[in-house]
Amino acid sequence: MIDVIDLRKSFGGLEVLKGITTTIREGEKVVVVGPSGSGKSTFLRCLNCLEDPTSGSIIFEGVDIADMKVDINIHRRHMGMVFQQFNLFNNKTVLGNIMLAPLHIRLTELRKKKIKNVFIKIYNLFAGNKKPLYETNTTRQQIKQEVRENALRLLKRIGIEDKADAYPSTLSGGQKQRIAIIRALAMNPKVILFDEPTSALDPEMVGEVLDLIRQLADEGMTMVIVTHEMGFAREVATRVLFMDDGQILEENTPDRFFSDPQNPRAREFLSKVL
Amino acid sequence: MGNFDKKIARFWEVFLNQNGYTKVLTGLQNTLTIAVAGLVIGIVIGTVIAAIEVMPKYKRLPRILDGLCAFYVGLFRGTPIVVQLLVTYYVVLPLLGVNMPPVNVCILVFGLNSGAYVSEIMRGGILSVDPGQMEAGRAVGLSYTVTMMKIVVPQAVKNILPTLGNELIVLVKETSVVSFVGAADLYVAFSYIGSNNYEFMVPYLVMALIYIVLVMVIAMFVRIMERSLRKSDRRN
Repeated sequence: MIDVIDLRKSFGGLEVLKGITTTIREGEKVVVVGPSGSGKSTFLRCLNCLEDPTSGSIIFEGVDIADMKVDINIHRRHMGMVFQQFNLFNNKTVLGNIMLAPLHIRLTELRKKKIKNVFIKIYNLFAGNKKPLYETNTTRQQIKQEVRENALRLLKRIGIEDKADAYPSTLSGGQKQRIAIIRALAMNPKVILFDEPTSALDPEMVGEVLDLIRQLADEGMTMVIVTHEMGFAREVATRVLFMDDGQILEENTPDRFFSDPQNPRAREFLSKVL
Repeated sequence: MGNFDKKIARFWEVFLNQNGYTKVLTGLQNTLTIAVAGLVIGIVIGTVIAAIEVMPKYKRLPRILDGLCAFYVGLFRGTPIVVQLLVTYYVVLPLLGVNMPPVNVCILVFGLNSGAYVSEIMRGGILSVDPGQMEAGRAVGLSYTVTMMKIVVPQAVKNILPTLGNELIVLVKETSVVSFVGAADLYVAFSYIGSNNYEFMVPYLVMALIYIVLVMVIAMFVRIMERSLRKSDRRN
């Protein structure tokens, strides 16, 4: 699903990623671990081009999205992302946060179709072979209704539908992060990238967020997770990537990685954190 | 000061019976129109410029736009507004062959002028918003422009509202120079009253009072607006 080929990223003179090649297949849960400063987060952020790769390719569904000519916004719609700092839109209510992107994208599509229809109608007036019109039967109201219902359904799933009209500043960290996850889900993504989803949470809230991620994993969502929760990594991962110094040093199944790491630096890292 | 009562009586005489109040009302209307319309134009221009200035600069187009914006801001911050009014009214518009009523010229110049200042205020506001907000917007597939307009700028505006109120107050007071190009503001109205009975003390005193009251009302209005925008915040 995602092919990463010789991905490199430099910030100024500092090379953070030194040639990463890996493949993320559909349904896989890839957990990336490693010491801080090893380039894990940068790697994840390069996957959806939040950081533009310095060189290399990222082939997502057959398109090299690292290419600057590609309209990245279209491809990002199929890649959800969950941040360490939640990054809920502070000026929107909970419902507004979840609805914003799907609503905007569907309304824009409808508007574009309508504009194209006008041109096709003009064309059809003069041309012999009539072109078919785009279907524009769903009204703006219907779209709003559908997006809203979907958002409420997702909120119900995490059990905080009573917070629909609350602003993010009034919520707990755990609630914020779960909302951030369903905000990503509302776009029906094919893969979700988690950037240390529990690192900014109070200890007692880590559980609720991990539970939700676990549920998604069980439903077969493809995931790439950067985390320091080793227990969780071992339980949920289908594959573990160990990164240090901008390179993947070990790529293994979770059982093998945690019980018998091959790379000496991985062994050292695990002895410190476990 | 013994004849202060007499002066006030003469002022009222002109103000009420010789059409003084209609002039004052027109002046007040023009002052407010120029200041408010100027600020609205300024906010639109300032937002666009600020958005361009904070854009990532690795493509050519943003760099060119950035240069143009820097030129514009430099031009309008580097010259006094009186000079801008005079040059626009007596040089630029005649050269372009455009004929505009003085008030409209004033709105245009005040808008362009305040655009230069608001752009810097707005840039500060945009930079004060957590960069995570832009990342989150981009990560769900919204474009830079849409995220800017729907997420970042609304939060920036909330942060800079007190400063924008300041800008409006400055504009209201700066409108006192529009008579240079023949627009009728408060100064024109009260000069008329004063010259009608050769007595300037009371008219100019009243003019000062009107400005003070105007500014206080604006300050109050900004406070109310601020409070209503703060509903998504913890501090209430």
